[in-house]
Amino acid sequence: MRVVEIPSSLDYRNVDAVFAEAAAAGAEPVLFDARRLRWIDPNGMLALLCAGQVASANGAAARLSLPAGGDVVGYLDRMGFPAAAASVFQGSPRRAVRTPSRASDVLLEITSIATNSDVHDVVDRVQSRAGAILSRTLRYPLAAVVQFSVILSEVCQNIVEHADGPGWVAAQRYNWTRRLGRQVLVIAVSDVGRGFRDSLAEEHAERFGDRWGDVTALEAAFLMGLTRFPDTGRGQGIQQIRKQVARWQGLVSIRSGTARIADSPSWHPSPPVVDGLPRFPGAQINLVLPERIDD
Amino acid sequence: MTERLAHGRHGDAATQPGAIDVAAIVTDAVASRGHNLVTRPTGRAVREAIEQRLALAAASPARKPPSPHVMLIDFTRVRILDFSCADEVVAKLLLRYQGPDRPGNIFFLFRAVDEMHRHAVEEVLERHGLAAVCDVGGGFQLLGPATPEERKAWDTLERCERIGPRDLAEALGELGEPLLIGLARRRLAYWSGNCGAAALSALARTR
Repeated sequence: MRVVEIPSSLDYRNVDAVFAEAAAAGAEPVLFDARRLRWIDPNGMLALLCAGQVASANGAAARLSLPAGGDVVGYLDRMGFPAAAASVFQGSPRRAVRTPSRASDVLLEITSIATNSDVHDVVDRVQSRAGAILSRTLRYPLAAVVQFSVILSEVCQNIVEHADGPGWVAAQRYNWTRRLGRQVLVIAVSDVGRGFRDSLAEEHAERFGDRWGDVTALEAAFLMGLTRFPDTGRGQGIQQIRKQVARWQGLVSIRSGTARIADSPSWHPSPPVVDGLPRFPGAQINLVLPERIDD
Repeated sequence: MTERLAHGRHGDAATQPGAIDVAAIVTDAVASRGHNLVTRPTGRAVREAIEQRLALAAASPARKPPSPHVMLIDFTRVRILDFSCADEVVAKLLLRYQGPDRPGNIFFLFRAVDEMHRHAVEEVLERHGLAAVCDVGGGFQLLGPATPEERKAWDTLERCERIGPRDLAEALGELGEPLLIGLARRRLAYWSGNCGAAALSALARTR
Protein backbone atom coordinates (compact mmCIF):
# COMPACT_ATOMS: atom_id res chain seq x y z
CA MET A 1 0.00 0.00 0.00
CA ARG A 2 1.26 3.43 -0.90
CA VAL A 3 1.00 6.01 1.84
CA VAL A 4 0.45 9.62 0.82
CA GLU A 5 1.46 11.93 3.64
CA ILE A 6 -0.85 14.91 3.87
CA PRO A 7 0.98 18.00 5.19
CA SER A 8 -0.16 19.67 8.38
CA SER A 9 -1.49 22.58 6.39
CA LEU A 10 -3.29 22.02 3.07
CA ASP A 11 -4.65 24.74 0.84
CA TYR A 12 -4.52 25.84 -2.79
CA ARG A 13 -0.79 26.50 -2.58
CA ASN A 14 0.30 22.95 -1.88
CA VAL A 15 -2.39 20.61 -3.18
CA ASP A 16 -0.37 19.71 -6.28
CA ALA A 17 1.93 17.43 -4.30
CA VAL A 18 -1.09 15.41 -3.17
CA PHE A 19 -2.31 15.04 -6.77
CA ALA A 20 1.14 13.95 -7.89
CA GLU A 21 1.38 11.20 -5.29
CA ALA A 22 -2.18 10.01 -5.87
CA ALA A 23 -1.61 9.77 -9.63
CA ALA A 24 1.72 7.98 -9.15
CA ALA A 25 0.11 5.23 -7.11
CA GLY A 26 -1.24 3.53 -10.21
CA ALA A 27 -3.33 0.50 -9.27
CA GLU A 28 -1.72 0.28 -5.85
CA PRO A 29 -4.02 0.80 -2.83
CA VAL A 30 -3.49 4.25 -1.32
CA LEU A 31 -3.74 5.49 2.22
CA PHE A 32 -4.02 9.26 2.52
CA ASP A 33 -2.51 9.83 5.92
CA ALA A 34 -3.89 13.13 7.17
CA ARG A 35 -3.40 12.45 10.87
CA ARG A 36 -0.99 15.39 11.16
CA LEU A 37 -3.43 17.75 9.52
CA ARG A 38 -3.93 20.93 11.54
CA TRP A 39 -5.30 23.38 9.00
CA ILE A 40 -7.13 22.97 5.71
CA ASP A 41 -9.14 25.23 3.43
CA PRO A 42 -11.93 24.38 0.94
CA ASN A 43 -9.38 23.82 -1.83
CA GLY A 44 -7.50 21.41 0.39
CA MET A 45 -10.65 19.48 1.26
CA LEU A 46 -11.79 19.21 -2.34
CA ALA A 47 -8.25 18.26 -3.37
CA LEU A 48 -8.32 15.38 -0.90
CA LEU A 49 -11.64 14.20 -2.31
CA CYS A 50 -10.38 14.49 -5.89
CA ALA A 51 -7.10 12.74 -5.08
CA GLY A 52 -9.12 9.93 -3.50
CA GLN A 53 -11.25 9.68 -6.61
CA VAL A 54 -8.18 9.63 -8.85
CA ALA A 55 -6.69 6.81 -6.79
CA SER A 56 -9.97 4.88 -6.87
CA ALA A 57 -10.31 5.41 -10.61
CA ASN A 58 -6.97 3.67 -11.07
CA GLY A 59 -8.59 0.57 -9.65
CA ALA A 60 -7.10 0.84 -6.19
CA ALA A 61 -8.80 1.19 -2.87
CA ALA A 62 -8.34 4.64 -1.34
CA ARG A 63 -8.42 5.12 2.39
CA LEU A 64 -8.14 8.22 4.51
CA SER A 65 -6.91 8.69 8.06
CA LEU A 66 -7.94 11.91 9.76
CA PRO A 67 -6.72 13.35 13.07
CA ALA A 68 -8.38 11.85 16.10
CA GLY A 69 -9.29 15.22 17.54
CA GLY A 70 -8.57 18.90 17.58
CA ASP A 71 -9.98 22.00 15.95
CA VAL A 72 -9.50 20.71 12.45
CA VAL A 73 -11.83 17.76 13.07
CA GLY A 74 -14.61 20.06 14.23
CA TYR A 75 -14.02 22.23 11.21
CA LEU A 76 -14.10 19.26 8.83
CA ASP A 77 -17.40 18.24 10.44
CA ARG A 78 -18.88 21.71 10.00
CA MET A 79 -17.86 21.69 6.35
CA GLY A 80 -19.52 18.32 5.79
CA PHE A 81 -16.24 16.69 4.86
CA PRO A 82 -16.90 13.28 6.50
CA ALA A 83 -20.15 12.87 4.56
CA ALA A 84 -18.43 13.70 1.27
CA ALA A 85 -15.41 11.54 2.11
CA ALA A 86 -17.62 8.53 2.80
CA SER A 87 -18.54 8.45 -0.88
CA VAL A 88 -14.88 8.43 -1.94
CA PHE A 89 -12.74 6.66 0.66
CA GLN A 90 -13.22 3.10 1.80
CA GLY A 91 -14.09 2.65 5.45
CA SER A 92 -14.58 6.36 5.96
CA PRO A 93 -17.22 6.90 8.67
CA ARG A 94 -20.27 8.74 7.39
CA ARG A 95 -21.09 11.42 9.92
CA ALA A 96 -23.93 13.87 9.60
CA VAL A 97 -23.16 17.42 8.55
CA ARG A 98 -23.36 19.73 11.51
CA THR A 99 -25.58 22.68 10.78
CA PRO A 100 -23.41 25.76 11.21
CA SER A 101 -24.50 28.32 13.74
CA ARG A 102 -25.42 31.78 12.50
CA ALA A 103 -22.02 33.04 13.46
CA SER A 104 -20.20 30.29 11.56
CA ASP A 105 -17.55 31.16 9.01
CA VAL A 106 -18.84 28.43 6.74
CA LEU A 107 -20.61 29.91 3.77
CA LEU A 108 -21.20 26.71 1.90
CA GLU A 109 -20.50 23.21 3.16
CA ILE A 110 -18.96 20.74 0.73
CA THR A 111 -21.76 20.17 -1.73
CA SER A 112 -21.86 17.67 -4.55
CA ILE A 113 -22.69 19.13 -7.95
CA ALA A 114 -23.88 16.70 -10.57
CA THR A 115 -26.96 18.28 -12.10
CA ASN A 116 -28.40 21.70 -12.76
CA SER A 117 -30.81 21.06 -9.92
CA ASP A 118 -27.79 20.97 -7.59
CA VAL A 119 -26.75 24.39 -8.89
CA HIS A 120 -30.22 25.75 -8.09
CA ASP A 121 -30.00 24.29 -4.59
CA VAL A 122 -26.62 25.89 -3.96
CA VAL A 123 -27.76 29.31 -5.16
CA ASP A 124 -30.96 29.12 -3.12
CA ARG A 125 -29.09 27.92 -0.04
CA VAL A 126 -26.35 30.52 0.18
CA GLN A 127 -28.55 33.61 -0.03
CA SER A 128 -28.87 34.54 3.62
CA ARG A 129 -25.39 33.48 4.72
CA ALA A 130 -23.74 35.08 1.68
CA GLY A 131 -25.54 38.34 2.37
CA ALA A 132 -24.19 38.47 5.91
CA ILE A 133 -20.62 37.53 5.02
CA LEU A 134 -20.34 39.73 1.95
CA SER A 135 -21.84 42.87 3.43
CA ARG A 136 -20.73 42.71 7.08
CA THR A 137 -17.41 40.91 6.80
CA LEU A 138 -16.11 41.77 3.35
CA ARG A 139 -17.89 45.16 3.35
CA TYR A 140 -19.23 44.70 -0.16
CA PRO A 141 -22.37 46.58 -1.26
CA LEU A 142 -25.70 44.86 -0.58
CA ALA A 143 -26.14 44.07 -4.27
CA ALA A 144 -22.97 41.99 -4.16
CA VAL A 145 -24.92 38.99 -2.92
CA VAL A 146 -26.63 38.80 -6.29
CA GLN A 147 -23.37 39.15 -8.19
CA PHE A 148 -21.81 36.54 -5.93
CA SER A 149 -24.74 34.18 -6.54
CA VAL A 150 -24.31 34.62 -10.28
CA ILE A 151 -20.61 33.77 -9.97
CA LEU A 152 -21.44 30.72 -7.88
CA SER A 153 -24.01 29.61 -10.43
CA GLU A 154 -21.64 30.02 -13.36
CA VAL A 155 -18.73 28.31 -11.64
CA CYS A 156 -20.87 25.33 -10.63
CA GLN A 157 -22.38 25.07 -14.11
CA ASN A 158 -18.85 24.62 -15.36
CA ILE A 159 -18.87 21.21 -13.67
CA VAL A 160 -22.23 20.17 -15.10
CA GLU A 161 -21.56 21.37 -18.62
CA HIS A 162 -17.90 20.63 -19.12
CA ALA A 163 -16.74 17.98 -16.68
CA ASP A 164 -19.19 15.27 -17.73
CA GLY A 165 -19.00 14.09 -14.18
CA PRO A 166 -19.79 15.15 -10.63
CA GLY A 167 -17.79 17.62 -8.63
CA TRP A 168 -17.93 19.61 -5.42
CA VAL A 169 -18.15 23.20 -4.31
CA ALA A 170 -17.36 24.71 -0.89
CA ALA A 171 -16.86 28.19 0.48
CA GLN A 172 -15.51 29.54 3.73
CA ARG A 173 -14.57 32.89 5.23
CA TYR A 174 -11.12 33.37 6.76
CA ASN A 175 -9.24 36.08 8.54
CA TRP A 176 -5.92 36.27 6.71
CA THR A 177 -4.35 38.42 9.38
CA ARG A 178 -0.75 37.55 8.61
CA ARG A 179 -1.04 36.90 4.89
CA LEU A 180 -3.11 39.91 3.88
CA GLY A 181 -4.31 41.73 6.97
CA ARG A 182 -7.86 41.28 5.77
CA GLN A 183 -10.78 38.91 5.78
CA VAL A 184 -11.27 36.80 2.68
CA LEU A 185 -13.85 34.47 1.25
CA VAL A 186 -12.41 31.33 -0.36
CA ILE A 187 -14.55 29.45 -2.87
CA ALA A 188 -13.32 26.14 -4.23
CA VAL A 189 -14.84 24.13 -7.06
CA SER A 190 -13.33 20.82 -8.19
CA ASP A 191 -14.13 17.87 -10.35
CA VAL A 192 -12.22 14.93 -11.76
CA GLY A 193 -14.03 15.00 -15.07
CA ARG A 194 -12.68 15.55 -18.57
CA GLY A 195 -10.63 18.64 -17.89
CA PHE A 196 -10.47 21.67 -20.17
CA ARG A 197 -8.21 20.16 -22.83
CA ASP A 198 -10.45 17.18 -23.44
CA SER A 199 -13.66 19.18 -23.17
CA LEU A 200 -12.56 21.68 -25.83
CA ALA A 201 -10.55 19.33 -28.05
CA GLU A 202 -13.23 18.26 -30.50
CA GLU A 203 -14.28 21.81 -31.30
CA HIS A 204 -10.93 23.64 -31.16
CA ALA A 205 -7.85 21.35 -31.11
CA GLU A 206 -7.45 21.20 -34.89
CA ARG A 207 -7.30 24.97 -35.19
CA PHE A 208 -4.43 25.14 -32.68
CA GLY A 209 -2.50 22.25 -34.26
CA ASP A 210 0.69 21.27 -32.45
CA ARG A 211 0.20 23.96 -29.87
CA TRP A 212 -2.89 22.22 -28.46
CA GLY A 213 -2.40 21.19 -24.85
CA ASP A 214 -3.48 22.02 -21.32
CA VAL A 215 -2.10 25.57 -21.42
CA THR A 216 -3.68 26.33 -24.80
CA ALA A 217 -7.01 24.91 -23.70
CA LEU A 218 -7.00 26.96 -20.50
CA GLU A 219 -6.03 30.09 -22.41
CA ALA A 220 -8.79 29.42 -24.94
CA ALA A 221 -11.42 29.15 -22.22
CA PHE A 222 -10.05 31.68 -19.75
CA LEU A 223 -8.83 34.41 -22.07
CA MET A 224 -10.88 33.90 -25.23
CA GLY A 225 -14.15 32.52 -23.83
CA LEU A 226 -14.15 29.46 -26.08
CA THR A 227 -16.27 26.47 -25.14
CA ARG A 228 -17.04 23.13 -26.70
CA PHE A 229 -20.42 24.46 -27.85
CA PRO A 230 -20.61 26.13 -31.27
CA ASP A 231 -22.87 28.86 -29.93
CA THR A 232 -21.84 32.48 -29.55
CA GLY A 233 -23.88 32.75 -26.37
CA ARG A 234 -21.68 30.21 -24.62
CA GLY A 235 -18.42 30.83 -22.82
CA GLN A 236 -19.52 33.91 -20.95
CA GLY A 237 -19.42 32.33 -17.52
CA ILE A 238 -15.67 32.34 -16.99
CA GLN A 239 -15.31 35.74 -18.64
CA GLN A 240 -17.89 37.25 -16.32
CA ILE A 241 -16.40 35.59 -13.28
CA ARG A 242 -13.04 37.14 -14.17
CA LYS A 243 -14.56 40.60 -14.62
CA GLN A 244 -16.48 40.54 -11.36
CA VAL A 245 -13.64 39.05 -9.32
CA ALA A 246 -11.31 41.72 -10.73
CA ARG A 247 -13.77 44.42 -9.61
CA TRP A 248 -13.51 43.00 -6.10
CA GLN A 249 -9.70 42.79 -6.47
CA GLY A 250 -9.87 39.05 -5.98
CA LEU A 251 -7.96 36.05 -7.24
CA VAL A 252 -9.31 33.54 -9.75
CA SER A 253 -7.33 30.54 -10.90
CA ILE A 254 -8.13 27.40 -12.84
CA ARG A 255 -6.05 24.26 -12.63
CA SER A 256 -6.53 21.52 -15.20
CA GLY A 257 -4.25 18.87 -16.64
CA THR A 258 -0.67 19.99 -16.08
CA ALA A 259 -1.40 23.71 -16.13
CA ARG A 260 -2.82 26.56 -14.10
CA ILE A 261 -4.01 29.92 -15.33
CA ALA A 262 -4.85 32.84 -13.09
CA ASP A 263 -5.86 36.45 -12.79
CA SER A 264 -3.78 37.53 -9.85
CA PRO A 265 -4.39 40.75 -7.93
CA SER A 266 -1.58 42.94 -6.67
CA TRP A 267 -1.73 41.33 -3.22
CA HIS A 268 -1.00 37.90 -4.69
CA PRO A 269 1.70 38.26 -7.34
CA SER A 270 2.01 35.05 -9.30
CA PRO A 271 2.64 34.07 -12.92
CA PRO A 272 -0.49 34.16 -15.08
CA VAL A 273 0.24 30.70 -16.49
CA VAL A 274 2.10 27.76 -14.98
CA ASP A 275 2.78 24.53 -16.88
CA GLY A 276 4.48 21.27 -15.98
CA LEU A 277 2.46 20.64 -12.82
CA PRO A 278 1.47 17.12 -11.76
CA ARG A 279 -1.39 15.91 -13.94
CA PHE A 280 -4.81 16.61 -12.54
CA PRO A 281 -7.50 15.03 -14.70
CA GLY A 282 -10.39 17.39 -14.04
CA ALA A 283 -10.61 21.06 -13.17
CA GLN A 284 -10.06 22.96 -9.98
CA ILE A 285 -11.28 26.53 -9.70
CA ASN A 286 -10.14 28.73 -6.86
CA LEU A 287 -11.65 32.11 -6.04
CA VAL A 288 -10.43 34.34 -3.24
CA LEU A 289 -12.46 37.47 -2.55
CA PRO A 290 -10.79 39.93 -0.15
CA GLU A 291 -12.42 42.36 2.23
CA ARG A 292 -12.93 45.74 0.62
CA ILE A 293 -10.60 48.47 1.76
CA ASP A 294 -11.50 52.13 1.50
CA ASP A 295 -9.86 53.97 -1.38
CA MET B 1 -39.90 47.61 -43.49
CA THR B 2 -43.39 48.94 -43.80
CA GLU B 3 -45.91 47.45 -41.44
CA ARG B 4 -49.32 48.39 -40.23
CA LEU B 5 -50.61 47.75 -36.81
CA ALA B 6 -53.76 45.66 -36.71
CA HIS B 7 -56.25 48.50 -36.77
CA GLY B 8 -54.49 50.91 -39.04
CA ARG B 9 -53.09 54.04 -37.42
CA HIS B 10 -50.91 53.22 -34.51
CA GLY B 11 -52.52 55.84 -32.32
CA ASP B 12 -55.67 53.79 -31.95
CA ALA B 13 -54.32 50.42 -32.79
CA ALA B 14 -55.20 47.28 -30.94
CA THR B 15 -51.78 47.12 -29.34
CA GLN B 16 -52.72 46.30 -25.81
CA PRO B 17 -49.44 44.91 -24.65
CA GLY B 18 -49.16 41.40 -23.41
CA ALA B 19 -47.00 40.85 -20.38
CA ILE B 20 -45.23 37.72 -19.31
CA ASP B 21 -44.21 37.35 -15.69
CA VAL B 22 -40.91 35.50 -15.93
CA ALA B 23 -40.87 34.61 -12.23
CA ALA B 24 -44.22 32.85 -12.60
CA ILE B 25 -42.81 30.81 -15.46
CA VAL B 26 -39.77 29.90 -13.41
CA THR B 27 -42.09 28.60 -10.72
CA ASP B 28 -44.64 26.93 -13.01
CA ALA B 29 -42.66 25.60 -15.90
CA VAL B 30 -39.33 24.75 -14.39
CA ALA B 31 -39.57 23.94 -10.74
CA SER B 32 -40.92 25.45 -7.61
CA ARG B 33 -37.63 26.90 -6.47
CA GLY B 34 -38.20 30.51 -5.76
CA HIS B 35 -37.38 33.13 -8.29
CA ASN B 36 -33.76 32.59 -9.11
CA LEU B 37 -33.19 32.32 -12.82
CA VAL B 38 -29.98 30.33 -13.03
CA THR B 39 -28.47 27.59 -15.23
CA ARG B 40 -28.67 27.17 -18.98
CA PRO B 41 -31.38 24.46 -18.98
CA THR B 42 -33.59 26.61 -16.76
CA GLY B 43 -33.15 29.59 -19.07
CA ARG B 44 -33.88 27.43 -22.08
CA ALA B 45 -37.01 26.01 -20.44
CA VAL B 46 -38.24 29.50 -19.55
CA ARG B 47 -37.60 30.77 -23.09
CA GLU B 48 -39.41 27.78 -24.56
CA ALA B 49 -42.33 28.35 -22.19
CA ILE B 50 -42.50 31.98 -23.32
CA GLU B 51 -42.39 30.95 -26.98
CA GLN B 52 -45.06 28.34 -26.36
CA ARG B 53 -47.27 30.90 -24.66
CA LEU B 54 -46.84 33.27 -27.60
CA ALA B 55 -47.58 30.48 -30.08
CA LEU B 56 -50.70 29.39 -28.18
CA ALA B 57 -51.98 32.94 -28.07
CA ALA B 58 -51.40 33.31 -31.80
CA ALA B 59 -53.25 30.05 -32.49
CA SER B 60 -56.27 30.89 -30.37
CA PRO B 61 -58.87 33.04 -32.19
CA ALA B 62 -60.21 34.41 -28.92
CA ARG B 63 -56.81 35.37 -27.54
CA LYS B 64 -55.04 36.09 -30.77
CA PRO B 65 -53.04 39.28 -30.39
CA PRO B 66 -52.87 41.81 -33.19
CA SER B 67 -49.91 41.56 -35.49
CA PRO B 68 -47.54 43.17 -34.88
CA HIS B 69 -47.82 43.66 -31.16
CA VAL B 70 -45.65 44.47 -28.19
CA MET B 71 -44.85 41.90 -25.53
CA LEU B 72 -43.46 42.92 -22.17
CA ILE B 73 -41.10 40.36 -20.63
CA ASP B 74 -41.31 41.18 -16.96
CA PHE B 75 -38.39 40.27 -14.70
CA THR B 76 -39.75 42.27 -11.76
CA ARG B 77 -39.99 39.30 -9.42
CA VAL B 78 -36.84 37.55 -10.58
CA ARG B 79 -34.08 37.92 -8.01
CA ILE B 80 -31.01 36.37 -9.58
CA LEU B 81 -30.43 36.31 -13.30
CA ASP B 82 -27.21 34.62 -14.36
CA PHE B 83 -25.51 35.02 -17.74
CA SER B 84 -26.66 31.69 -19.09
CA CYS B 85 -30.29 32.55 -18.39
CA ALA B 86 -29.92 36.11 -19.69
CA ASP B 87 -28.51 34.62 -22.88
CA GLU B 88 -31.50 32.29 -23.26
CA VAL B 89 -34.36 34.49 -22.07
CA VAL B 90 -33.22 37.79 -23.56
CA ALA B 91 -30.72 37.25 -26.38
CA LYS B 92 -32.01 34.01 -27.85
CA LEU B 93 -35.63 35.14 -27.56
CA LEU B 94 -34.78 38.32 -29.46
CA LEU B 95 -32.84 36.36 -32.08
CA ARG B 96 -35.77 33.98 -32.58
CA TYR B 97 -38.15 36.84 -33.34
CA GLN B 98 -35.79 38.98 -35.33
CA GLY B 99 -35.39 37.28 -38.68
CA PRO B 100 -37.88 36.97 -41.52
CA ASP B 101 -38.69 33.41 -40.40
CA ARG B 102 -39.82 34.57 -36.97
CA PRO B 103 -42.82 32.70 -35.58
CA GLY B 104 -44.77 35.89 -34.89
CA ASN B 105 -44.55 39.60 -35.51
CA ILE B 106 -43.77 40.55 -31.94
CA PHE B 107 -41.70 43.38 -30.51
CA PHE B 108 -40.24 42.83 -27.07
CA LEU B 109 -39.79 45.13 -24.12
CA PHE B 110 -38.05 44.04 -20.93
CA ARG B 111 -38.99 45.31 -17.47
CA ALA B 112 -37.28 45.52 -14.10
CA VAL B 113 -33.92 44.99 -15.62
CA ASP B 114 -32.48 47.08 -12.82
CA GLU B 115 -28.82 47.30 -11.91
CA MET B 116 -28.80 43.75 -10.60
CA HIS B 117 -29.97 42.38 -13.95
CA ARG B 118 -28.72 45.09 -16.22
CA HIS B 119 -25.16 43.91 -16.30
CA ALA B 120 -26.07 40.36 -17.36
CA VAL B 121 -28.45 41.64 -20.03
CA GLU B 122 -25.93 44.12 -21.45
CA GLU B 123 -23.23 41.49 -21.62
CA VAL B 124 -25.34 38.99 -23.56
CA LEU B 125 -26.66 41.66 -25.90
CA GLU B 126 -23.12 42.81 -26.60
CA ARG B 127 -22.00 39.29 -27.31
CA HIS B 128 -24.70 38.81 -29.95
CA GLY B 129 -24.57 42.37 -31.34
CA LEU B 130 -28.18 42.87 -30.25
CA ALA B 131 -29.93 45.78 -28.61
CA ALA B 132 -33.12 45.76 -26.56
CA VAL B 133 -35.54 48.22 -25.01
CA CYS B 134 -35.48 47.77 -21.26
CA ASP B 135 -37.14 49.47 -18.32
CA VAL B 136 -34.27 49.76 -15.88
CA GLY B 137 -36.27 51.41 -13.16
CA GLY B 138 -36.25 55.00 -14.36
CA GLY B 139 -37.95 54.48 -17.69
CA PHE B 140 -37.13 52.64 -20.87
CA GLN B 141 -33.58 52.68 -22.17
CA LEU B 142 -31.80 51.26 -25.15
CA LEU B 143 -29.36 48.61 -23.97
CA GLY B 144 -26.77 46.92 -26.13
CA PRO B 145 -24.59 48.07 -28.99
CA ALA B 146 -25.90 50.90 -31.18
CA THR B 147 -24.28 53.73 -33.11
CA PRO B 148 -24.48 57.24 -31.64
CA GLU B 149 -26.88 58.16 -34.46
CA GLU B 150 -29.12 55.20 -33.68
CA ARG B 151 -29.12 56.10 -29.99
CA LYS B 152 -29.97 59.70 -30.71
CA ALA B 153 -32.81 58.69 -33.03
CA TRP B 154 -34.09 56.16 -30.51
CA ASP B 155 -33.91 58.72 -27.66
CA THR B 156 -35.79 61.27 -29.74
CA LEU B 157 -38.49 58.78 -30.66
CA GLU B 158 -38.78 57.62 -27.05
CA ARG B 159 -39.20 61.23 -25.92
CA CYS B 160 -41.71 62.09 -28.65
CA GLU B 161 -43.42 58.68 -28.45
CA ARG B 162 -44.53 59.02 -32.09
CA ILE B 163 -43.10 60.88 -35.05
CA GLY B 164 -45.27 61.40 -38.09
CA PRO B 165 -43.81 61.58 -41.62
CA ARG B 166 -44.13 65.35 -41.72
CA ASP B 167 -42.20 65.82 -38.49
CA LEU B 168 -39.40 63.43 -39.31
CA ALA B 169 -36.96 65.88 -40.85
CA GLU B 170 -37.49 68.43 -38.11
CA ALA B 171 -37.05 65.89 -35.33
CA LEU B 172 -34.17 63.90 -36.74
CA GLY B 173 -32.80 65.60 -39.83
CA GLU B 174 -32.48 64.17 -43.28
CA LEU B 175 -31.29 60.81 -42.06
CA GLY B 176 -34.26 60.40 -39.75
CA GLU B 177 -36.19 58.03 -41.96
CA PRO B 178 -33.37 55.59 -42.68
CA LEU B 179 -32.37 55.65 -39.03
CA LEU B 180 -35.88 54.82 -37.85
CA ILE B 181 -36.25 52.13 -40.50
CA GLY B 182 -32.95 50.71 -39.28
CA LEU B 183 -34.18 50.72 -35.68
CA ALA B 184 -37.36 48.99 -36.81
CA ARG B 185 -35.30 46.32 -38.57
CA ARG B 186 -33.52 45.76 -35.28
CA ARG B 187 -36.98 45.53 -33.65
CA LEU B 188 -36.23 48.55 -31.46
CA ALA B 189 -38.97 50.81 -32.84
CA TYR B 190 -42.12 50.50 -34.89
CA TRP B 191 -42.14 51.89 -38.42
CA SER B 192 -45.37 51.98 -40.35
CA GLY B 193 -44.39 53.81 -43.50
CA ASN B 194 -47.28 56.17 -44.09
CA CYS B 195 -47.82 56.83 -40.40
CA GLY B 196 -44.23 57.28 -39.40
CA ALA B 197 -42.66 55.73 -36.34
CA ALA B 198 -43.68 54.86 -32.79
CA ALA B 199 -41.65 54.04 -29.72
CA LEU B 200 -42.26 50.53 -28.43
CA SER B 201 -42.90 51.90 -24.94
CA ALA B 202 -45.59 54.20 -26.38
CA LEU B 203 -47.23 51.26 -28.11
CA ALA B 204 -47.10 49.31 -24.87
CA ARG B 205 -48.97 52.13 -23.13
CA THR B 206 -51.59 52.33 -25.87
CA ARG B 207 -54.90 50.83 -24.94
